[in-house]
Amino acid sequence: MLTYVIRRVLISIPTIIFISIVVFGLQLLLPGDPALALAGEERDPQVIAELRRMYHLDEPIWRQYLIWIGKVLQGDLGESIRLKVSVGELVAAKLPVTIELAAMAMLIAILIGVPAGIVSAVRKETLIDYGANAIGLAGLSIPNFWLGIMMILLFSVHLGWLPASGFVRPSESLSQNLATLIMPAFVLGTGIAAIFMRHTRSAMLAVLRSDYVRTARAKGLREPRVVYRHALRNAIIPVVTLGAIQFGELMGGAVLTEQIFSIPGFGKLVVDAVFNRDYAVVQGVVLCTGTGFIFLNLCADLIYFLVNPRMRG
Amino acid sequence: MRRRGAMVGLIVVVIFLVLAIFAPWIAPYDPIATNFLKVRKPPSIDHWMGTDEIGRDVMSRLIFGARASLQAGVISVLIAVALGVPLGLLSGYAKGWVDSLMMRIVDALLACPFLILAIAMAAFLGPSLTNAMIAIGLTTMPIFIRLVRGQVLAVTVEDYVEAARALGNPHLRIAVRHVLPNIVAPVLVQSTLTIAAAIIAESALSFLGLGQQPPAPSWGSMLNVARQFIGQAPWMSWWPGLAIVAVVLAFNLLGDGLRDALDPKES
Repeated sequence: MLTYVIRRVLISIPTIIFISIVVFGLQLLLPGDPALALAGEERDPQVIAELRRMYHLDEPIWRQYLIWIGKVLQGDLGESIRLKVSVGELVAAKLPVTIELAAMAMLIAILIGVPAGIVSAVRKETLIDYGANAIGLAGLSIPNFWLGIMMILLFSVHLGWLPASGFVRPSESLSQNLATLIMPAFVLGTGIAAIFMRHTRSAMLAVLRSDYVRTARAKGLREPRVVYRHALRNAIIPVVTLGAIQFGELMGGAVLTEQIFSIPGFGKLVVDAVFNRDYAVVQGVVLCTGTGFIFLNLCADLIYFLVNPRMRG
Repeated sequence: MRRRGAMVGLIVVVIFLVLAIFAPWIAPYDPIATNFLKVRKPPSIDHWMGTDEIGRDVMSRLIFGARASLQAGVISVLIAVALGVPLGLLSGYAKGWVDSLMMRIVDALLACPFLILAIAMAAFLGPSLTNAMIAIGLTTMPIFIRLVRGQVLAVTVEDYVEAARALGNPHLRIAVRHVLPNIVAPVLVQSTLTIAAAIIAESALSFLGLGQQPPAPSWGSMLNVARQFIGQAPWMSWWPGLAIVAVVLAFNLLGDGLRDALDPKES
């Protein structure tokens, strides 16, 4: 067992190294002289020379990478040119907001997607199944930024039930916090609910055809017991690991959702950074989400390994 | 059921293709002509979908916007396929350290959230429709590398490939003549589904201001402006959103249908 865990951890290391190369490589896409691009509006040759020295732009590219990664490993992700704050601090300040939003969205996605998947598998090829599939396909096809706008139109402009934008910290007022987050979380969760629904459905269909389910039925067990005790328990495992993979989808969606609802999180940070040409912040955000994804996947694999007795051998 | 869905998808895709190609003849007005006497007018006989914040005809902008969306969907997927298929062939065929190295790189690219990586690339390249297409193409490429590699690994153990190898055919000939034809169907299915994702991605980038630049119309940038007038002119945000949903749903239905038709194992 220990060897599996060690192997699994070791295999993530080269992936993280490649993520760092991709993130570093982004700056090679900058057209023209990077020092000029970094300087932005500033045209003073002294400032540009200083930037060139600060970012070691005269060194060969592989040395620039080694200097950069050396700092990153010491927790130094660089400094925001615009805000004059370290990127690490910025990320740490914005991350909790996005995590709260993402967690609520995930909860909504599971609460909608998993039961819908079960029902449509059990009632295969009935009107319920077709209906659930149609809604699922719609969930995948509706861009969440448009859904957000439409919900603001309905719930804020017409009905006046919920605030259209803004964010209140849970420490200030929990009810206000929930009121500001429920709409964005729903918008973010629906696309993922559709993915959960489709996977739960196909996993349940595969399990319901298996021998042990047939045996359980032959024993005379009642159908709900067969479905929930025998089928669902096995079908749910791959769906759980799918949850970890949806992290990327959730982070990407959060960028747009936070933009629409003016929520000061991770996504808003990266969009603002893009428009301020604050490249270090953009790189920091990509690096953090990529590494976070690898870490979550590692956790999911290890949990999968722990809860599934067949894998322990 | 599925086949009917795929047919509906195909018809919708063809309708939008016709709109995009013949936009100058179909659109009732110039999509960038402003008219300050007709600012934010609701749908009427003259302007079926209303007018926007500077009096432009929403329907004409929607029709011309189909060009940006379909172009972005198709061209970015062509970029992804053109790079991903050869790299996937190489990875699956070479095996060994080349394969391991490529798979780690693919893992790394897939680990960075698709949209965030596309935003970052579009940011570094500079905002434009062309750069958005390059960014979407590069970020969707790893899906194709992995898909093709998997197919190659499955095909190369088949008897007829073994036989071709035993006859002394060169590697390149085997890869092109025997392996490539087997991966066409899954690549076609994946391409159709990826076009749907790419269209959403382009509209997301344009929505953020990183894609099509004003005044040229695109559905994403129309929504970005419409959002600011949600209370006064809600029709401005209805149509571009519905258009995105229709096209994306159509490509998804088409992709699902193609999968059922071409790959009986999946259904």
